[in-house]
Order: sequence, then C-alpha cells, then structure tokens
Amino acid sequence: MILLDFLLVLMVGGTLAWAASRWNVTAGRCISLAAVSLDFALSIWLWATHGSTFDVLARSGWIEELDWTWIPQFGIHFHLAMDGLSLLMVVLTFFLGIVSVLISWTEITEAAGFFHFNLLWILAGVTAVFVAMDLFLFYFAWELMLIPMYFLIALWGHENRRYAALKFFLFTQISGLLMLVAILALYFAHHAATGVFSFQYRDLLEAAVPGGRSIPVMLGFFIAFAVKLPAFPFHPWLPDAHTEAPTAGSVILAGLMLKTGAYGLIRFVVPLFPYAVRAFAPIAVTLAVIGILYGAILAFAQTDLKRLVAYTSVSHLGFVLLAVFSWNPLALQGAVVTMICHGISTGGLFVLAGILQQRIHTREMARMGGLFATIPRLSGAAMVFALASLGLPGLGDFVGEFLVLLGSWRVYPIASAFAAMGVLTATFYALRLIQRAFQGPNTNDWHLHDLSLREAVVAGSMILALFWLGLYPRPVIDTFRPALDHLTQVNLYSRR
Amino acid sequence: MFQLLWLVPAIPFFGAAFLLLSGLRLRRSVAGFVGCASIGASAVVALLIAARYYSTPPPGNAYEQILWTWIGVDSFRPQIGLYLDALSVVMMVVVAFVSFFIHLYSTEYMGGDEGYSRFFGYMNLFVGSMLTLVLANNLLLLFLGWEGVGLCSYLLIGFWYRDPANGYAARKAFIVTRVGDTAMTVGLFVLFYGLNTLHISDMLRQADAHWARGSALPVAAAALLLGGALGKSAQLPLQTWLPDAMAGPTPTSALIHAATMVTAGVYLIARTHTIFQLAPQVMLAVAVIGAATLIIAGFSALTQEDIKRTLAYSTISQIGYMFLALGVGAWSAALFHFMTHAFFKALLFLAAGVVIEALHHEQNMFHMGGLRRELPVAFWAFLAGGCSLAGLPIVTAGFYSKDRIIWSTAVSPYGSWALWMAAIAGVVLTSLYTFRLIFLVFFVEFRGHVTKRPGPAEQIPLYVLAVLSVCAGWSTGGFQQFVATALPALGELNPLPLSETGSAVAAGGAFLTGLGLAWLFYIYRRQWAAAASSSGIGRALHRFWHSDWGMDWLYDRLFVRPVIAVARLNKADVVDVFYRALAWFGRLSWRELSATESGRVRWYATGMAAGAVVYLALALFL
Repeated sequence: MILLDFLLVLMVGGTLAWAASRWNVTAGRCISLAAVSLDFALSIWLWATHGSTFDVLARSGWIEELDWTWIPQFGIHFHLAMDGLSLLMVVLTFFLGIVSVLISWTEITEAAGFFHFNLLWILAGVTAVFVAMDLFLFYFAWELMLIPMYFLIALWGHENRRYAALKFFLFTQISGLLMLVAILALYFAHHAATGVFSFQYRDLLEAAVPGGRSIPVMLGFFIAFAVKLPAFPFHPWLPDAHTEAPTAGSVILAGLMLKTGAYGLIRFVVPLFPYAVRAFAPIAVTLAVIGILYGAILAFAQTDLKRLVAYTSVSHLGFVLLAVFSWNPLALQGAVVTMICHGISTGGLFVLAGILQQRIHTREMARMGGLFATIPRLSGAAMVFALASLGLPGLGDFVGEFLVLLGSWRVYPIASAFAAMGVLTATFYALRLIQRAFQGPNTNDWHLHDLSLREAVVAGSMILALFWLGLYPRPVIDTFRPALDHLTQVNLYSRR
Repeated sequence: MFQLLWLVPAIPFFGAAFLLLSGLRLRRSVAGFVGCASIGASAVVALLIAARYYSTPPPGNAYEQILWTWIGVDSFRPQIGLYLDALSVVMMVVVAFVSFFIHLYSTEYMGGDEGYSRFFGYMNLFVGSMLTLVLANNLLLLFLGWEGVGLCSYLLIGFWYRDPANGYAARKAFIVTRVGDTAMTVGLFVLFYGLNTLHISDMLRQADAHWARGSALPVAAAALLLGGALGKSAQLPLQTWLPDAMAGPTPTSALIHAATMVTAGVYLIARTHTIFQLAPQVMLAVAVIGAATLIIAGFSALTQEDIKRTLAYSTISQIGYMFLALGVGAWSAALFHFMTHAFFKALLFLAAGVVIEALHHEQNMFHMGGLRRELPVAFWAFLAGGCSLAGLPIVTAGFYSKDRIIWSTAVSPYGSWALWMAAIAGVVLTSLYTFRLIFLVFFVEFRGHVTKRPGPAEQIPLYVLAVLSVCAGWSTGGFQQFVATALPALGELNPLPLSETGSAVAAGGAFLTGLGLAWLFYIYRRQWAAAASSSGIGRALHRFWHSDWGMDWLYDRLFVRPVIAVARLNKADVVDVFYRALAWFGRLSWRELSATESGRVRWYATGMAAGAVVYLALALFL
C-alpha cells in the first residue's frame, strides 16, 4: 500500500496546494513542501526498515508490491512493485523533489499554485514510472510525467520557452508512441505464444519475441529510452528544454527524467530482449562513446551557463548507456551510482545557475566573471558540483564512472578506453565553467547577496550527499545490488 | 602507536574543512594558527610513528590499518586503508615535516593577503591528500590522493584568481596532468583484470607469481602507470605545465611544485616497482625519459630570467634524475634523492620568496644583484640549497644523493655509458644554472632597494631546511639499510670499467666545471653571456631553450587550437540541423498543403480529376 500512498500523497498534495494558493500562496508552497517531505520520510523509513532483509526479499520477489486488476478483459493490472533499484530511484525522486520545491520558493511568483500542482504531478509520474510493473501502467505513467512538464517549461520558462517546450514534447511523444507500438507487439506476441493477454512485466519477461524479429520491437523501447536518456543522436531536445525550463524544471529534467530513460533500459530493454540487445550492443556502445565525447565538447563551447550544464548530461549519461550494454554487475552498479550522483551534482549546478540568474538576470557567462569575490559561498558550492562533474575522487560521480569504465573494460576495452577520455574532456568544460563564471576580474562590478539560509541548506545537503556517495557508497550499493543481481541473471556475455 | 596512523592524513583534512567552511568569518591569527597547528600535529604523530617503526618494526616490516571498505562490488573491494612500510614512512615523514615548515613560513609570507584562510584551507587539503597518496594501501585510494593533490595544485596556482593568466596556468596544470591520469586509469583496469585486486602489496605478490617478465600485461600496465607518473612529475613529454605553475604563491611552489606533489610519480613507480621490473622495456623508457628530461630542462633553466621559472626547470631536471634512478632499478637512490631534493628545493623556493618579497614582487633576476649584504639570510640559504642542488662534493646532501644515482647508472644491469654521461652532463648544467642564479641575484652591483626583511616565521624554516640540505646526505648508508625492507637493492653487474670513486670524482669535476663556467660568464666577463645569447645562432638557441624547446608552441598547434576550433565551429550542434530541417519541412508542407484548401471549387474539381487520372493510369500500367 505504501507505493500507492507515495503517489496519492503527491497527487492530493499537488491538488491541495493549487487550491490553497488561491487564498494564500505561501500556504500552497508549504503544502507542497509538506507532501514531498512526507513522501521522502516514508521512503527513508522504508529503506531503513527493509535495509537488512533486502537480500532475501529481492531474490524471492519485491520489497513492496501491490497488484490490483484494472481492466481484466485486456489483462491490464494496476501493478506497483519495488525492489532496491526502484527504492533508490524513488528516494532520489523525493530528495530532488524537496530541492525543487525549496528552490522555487521565491523564483516562481506567477500562478504559483498551478506550478506546484504540475511539479507534484510530475513527481508522481516519475515515481510511478519507477514502480510500475505492468507495461500498460508504465506507459500511462510515462505520459503522465510528460504533460505537466510541458506546462512547466511552456508557462514558467525563460525567453524561448515555447519552442523548447514543443521540441521536448515532440521528441518524447513521438518516441513514446514507438514504445507503445513495441509494447503492443510484445503483448500480442505473448498472446500468440501462451493464449493469455497480459501486460504484466513478469509474464512478458518469459515470453520474449523469438530471434531476429525481436530487434525492431527492442528498438521501439530503445529509442523511447534513448531519447529520454538522452543518447547521441537523440539529444537535441535536451539543451533547449533544460535551458529554458525554470530551475525546478531543469533539476527534475536532469535529475529524474533522464534517469527514467536509464531505468527503462536496465529494467526493460535488456531483460526483455537479451538476444536483440546483444546484436545491437556494438552500435549502442559506439553511440555511448560518441555521446560521452561529443557532449563534453559541446558543453565546452557553450557560453550560456545552463546550456553548458545541459550538455554535460549528454556526456554523463553516455556512461550509463555504455554500462547497460556492457551488462555486467560492475558496470551496472556503476551505472546506478552514476544515475544517482549525476542527479545530485548536475541538479546542484542547475540550482546554483538558477539562483545566480535570479540575482543577475542573465545566464551568459560573459556577463559573469570574478563572482568569487562577491559570493564566495555560492561560488564554492558551484565549484564542488563542477568538480563532482569532472569526476574527482571523493565525490560520488567518480565512483559511478570508475565502476562503469572498469566493468565495460571487460567486454569492450577499446570503447572503455575512449570513454575514459571523457573524464579528460569533462575537465575542459568544468574548469571553463569555474573560470568564466567565478574567477577572473569582476569586470561587471557585481555586488550580490550570497546564499540565503534556505539556499545554503539545499546546496549543502546536496554536497553532503555527494561526499557520502563518494566516500562510503556501500549502503547504496548494497541496497540495489540484489535487484541488479536478479536482473543480470539474464546473461548477455556468458562466454566472455 | 601505529593505531594513530589514520590521524596523519585526517588532521589536515579536518583543518581544511574547518578553514574552508568557516574561513570567511575567521580572524587571521586563528586561521594561521589552525593551518599550522593541524600540520604540526600531523607531523608530530608522523614522527612518533616513524620513531616507533624504526625502533620496533611491525611484523613483516609493514603495518596496515583498514578503516572501512570503500566500494564493495563482487571481487572489486577497494578499502579506505593505510599501509605503512619503510617507503611510506620516509615519504610520510618528509611530507609532513617539510609541509609544517612551509606552513609556518606562509603565516608571514601570506600575511597581507585577503584570501589568508582560504590559502591555509587549500594547503591543508593538499597535505591531507598527499599523505593519503603516500599511505594508501590500494591504487584506487592512491588515485584519490593523486587527484586530490592535483586539485589543490590547480586551486593554488590559480589562488590569485582575479588575474586570468593565473587561471590559465592553473587549468593548464590540471588538464596536462589529467592526460597522464587518463592513462593511469586505464592502467588500473589492466592491473585489476590481470591480478584481480588493486591492493598494492597483494597485487605485487600476484604479479611476481603469475606474470612473465617482459610479457604483454606487465608492459601495458607499467607503461600506463608511467603515463600518470609523467604527467604528475612533469617529465617529458608532459612537463610543460610546471613552469607556468609558478603563477601560484611561492610557498605553494615550494611545497607542491617542488618538494612533494611533483615527486608523486616517483613514488608511484617505486611503490609498484615489481611491475616495472617485470617490464624491462618500460624500465628502459623510464631511464631514457629521465635522462632526456634532465638535460632538456637543464638547458631551459639556463636561459630563464625569472627566478621562479629557473627553479621550476631545475625541479623538472632533478626529477629527471629520480626517473633515471628508477629506470636503472636504483629504487632507494631515487627515494633518497627525493628526500634531499625536498629539503634543498623547498629551501631554495622559500629563499626566493624572501628575495621576491624584499624587492616588491620582482622576479626578474636581471633586475636583482648584490643582495648578499642586504639579505644575508636569503643569501646563506641560497648558498646552502644551491650547493646541495648543484652537488658540492663531500659536504652537501645533494652530492650524496646524486652521486648514488650517477654511480647506479654505471653499474646497474639496466645502465649504460650513455645514461652515465647524460647524468654527468646534467651535473655541469645544474651547477652552471644554479650559480648563474646565485651570481645574478646576490653578487655584482646592487640594483633596486630592499623593502622588507624576513621575520622569524620566515627565518626558522630557512635555517632548518638549510641544515637538512647539507647534513641529510651523511645518512646515506643508514637510509639505504632502512628502506631495504621495502625496496630491493640494486643488482650490481658493473658492466662499465669504472670505480665508485672514479664516478664520484667525475661528478665533482662536473660540479667544478659548471661553477667555473658560471663564474666566467656571470662574474668575470658578464658581457660574454650577453654576447653569446645575442648573436645569430646563440639567440636562436636561447629562444628555443627559453620556450621549453618549443613544446608549448607545438602542443598549442597540435591539440589546443584544433579542439577549441572544433568546439567553436560546432557550438550550435550539427545534429540539431537534421531535426531543424525536419521541422522546417513539416512547416513548409503544412503551408503548401493548407494553401490548396482555398475554397475554389474549380481547383477542387481539377484536383479530383487529376487524381482520378493518376489512379487509372496506375491501375492500367501496374
């Protein structure tokens, strides 16, 4: 039931926040903060109480499960279930949810109630994506997070918001339709094989489409997830959407939405289509490596702070793609750590970029420079996030990317070596960001307010999380390991 | 006693956290005190542990302290764990000890700077990272320290961040060393899959047992590790960042870019020496790179006018000696030279700091002169450090450590005449540029005026390091005995008809030659030096050497500009062109098609008739 509660709290909280904002905006904000915090507390409680018994539970089934028949004629179930992987993604969702609410506190003043409604419904959609174990429901959740996000960008975004929102919508919607077709193909294939109609994840797992015919079906899923991830060459929606979105939108896009793509690859694409994945892997791995280097070089060229950060995601998520198609425990665990840490470090950069934009009303780095002199705390925090992004050991991203490279080395040593150069190219853009924005002379003579208490708490907790993940990631790894062990029973590269 | 080992790196980390988190509100005196006291405490613990190690060595001559398992994924279980053997004892003590005196010096040197507590925060962070590097029990934790010191180097080179040139130098240092680090990362993969662990002593044992000498795996692993070492230790071809790194405050140059961090590559190779021994090709490469670097950097040092850049090239050249020693398998000689170099080069930088401060931030040696009487402390410090660096026979530490290396190149099974002669030629160069510096700065007529004289906080480190620069060499026998438990002795074959005394005499002669040349060109006939560097070929050579043999220029054209040009060209992302074209096509067809919906019946009728004709035609002919 707790899984349903997660969703209900967000959906009801969002609706209430909207209603309450009609008479008092602050009340609306407080309601939305309370709702996300409640979910966060619940998820932490779930983690803490089930932490010790994960091993047993995850091997036999789920930590939590809820399976209601929804439309029996078509074999559609309302099936939510959670293993360690889902749990961590959900915890990350609520953590970044709190960050998003707090960071919008003073940024969003127009129609704040509707804003929070959209925000919480996006979170509900993301949460549902991470726990849906019925493919029809999964598709439903996939669409649920799309529409409020469209509004978030189109209504509260920056100068070029309509273009960005439309681009985001078209990319995800069209690729989503491909996935729908693929889901239906799987559904009918399963019926043809067993005579039973079912959208259930566990049923479809066993009735995979045979042989070569599975490749187009797999591609339907792959493209949907690769667009979200985003993998080269499906990435051009990302810089526009991330740049134009309000801060909370950017944080959720980078921190969570991209992770739904990665999650989909891990949960669905490889287990459902091992044969097709194996055939397709060389192409996917090549795309991953291109994405890592290409994204970094693009980021290096940008002068818009948010656009720079946006392109770094293309680079970082390339590591995840590489790991998924290397499909071994080391690489996959690295992928999950990367997903979490990228959510926090890139989310952190977006948070600070947003705070900065609120202060100086520009994202153009040529208009910044020398900010360290006037806002040392903000600059210092940004430096930590940038260093995490360039893979400095001691911060979380390093652990993830190192494990990814180490794991993929076993299967694709050449790709792994090229991907390792991504760590070098990351240095280019991260140092350029620090230099352009915070160092050099303060030519514009900025005198700004440093981080407020609210902002410092947000940035500080994200930094602490990064250090924790960088120095003692074992609790996290131990949480999702059984789930991944379960998934990697599908053995792609048994002979190697 | 050994249980306190974790405190050695931990105290500086705590100091750094305190200084960086509360730095803005901190009083100067508090910041300076915390900065020094944390390193002092760490140094005391380190010395106590070293004393204990010396008096009653732990079983197996190694002590291991495991704090927690860092990452645990299947068989990949690197720990946060410390490892103490004779090698790490030496490194730990030298690092902590020298760091403390440089911090003490900094309290006065950085006194007027607005970023006072930030400076000490970064410096403490550096010391913590460096101690982690030398004490790590596995290569991944070593890599954490390795990148940590790189970060601090970046932060401190760009410490005066308002000047974009400093930022440029800082980024250059970070990026060039990271080129090497990328190779090192891949080296870790090779080692892990080859030996199934990154724990250093287990790894070396496994390598010894399972890897054949000269086979592909050890060669690949050693070559990749060497890549990392070349970047960090500023050896050919990745040496270009170090001279620019002098943009940082002088205590930083002394600590990071002379005494400790830049020797991390030497430590890495000494630490993993078993793997290098299994890869004789790579050993040869190490020796040749070391010999080439020491000569090339020596010539570059000869042509600099900036006092700190001269010392920077000297550092590159001296680390070249250490690499040469490593390449011929003289592990303990390399470590010994690391130690004496840490003392005399730190001393030289600190003394240079005194000079620079006294002359109101003048760094050009040709604008100095005659400071012997004005700044006697700096002069005597320079004389002690310079003699040690150049290798004044019998007396100084530098002579003993360098003599060990020169002798080893002659007698080692990996050695040869060519390496020996390169080492001797290096002594001439070293002596020449060192005394050129001393003569230019302290002799002949005095120019400019002294505005500040060093106080006690600057003087004490100079005295201590000066004494060590001279006396540390007298312990050479004891030192070798001490580190023998960690590093194998040189397998002496003596392929050259040369006695140990003969080699030492040659080194002494080389020292005198350099000194004589320096005297000739910079005191006796100064115009000769000017004439040599202003005439045709002399000027061309001067410019060539002065610009680091044109390597900066080359890298700029080969790597920097192309990458920037490609990035600029593709700023708008060429992939997006496809999607934009798609959108444009969609809009175009929408416009064209909606234009057909004109409401004119005649057009509709024509359209229907045309469509019918086309369909009939298709039906008939297909």
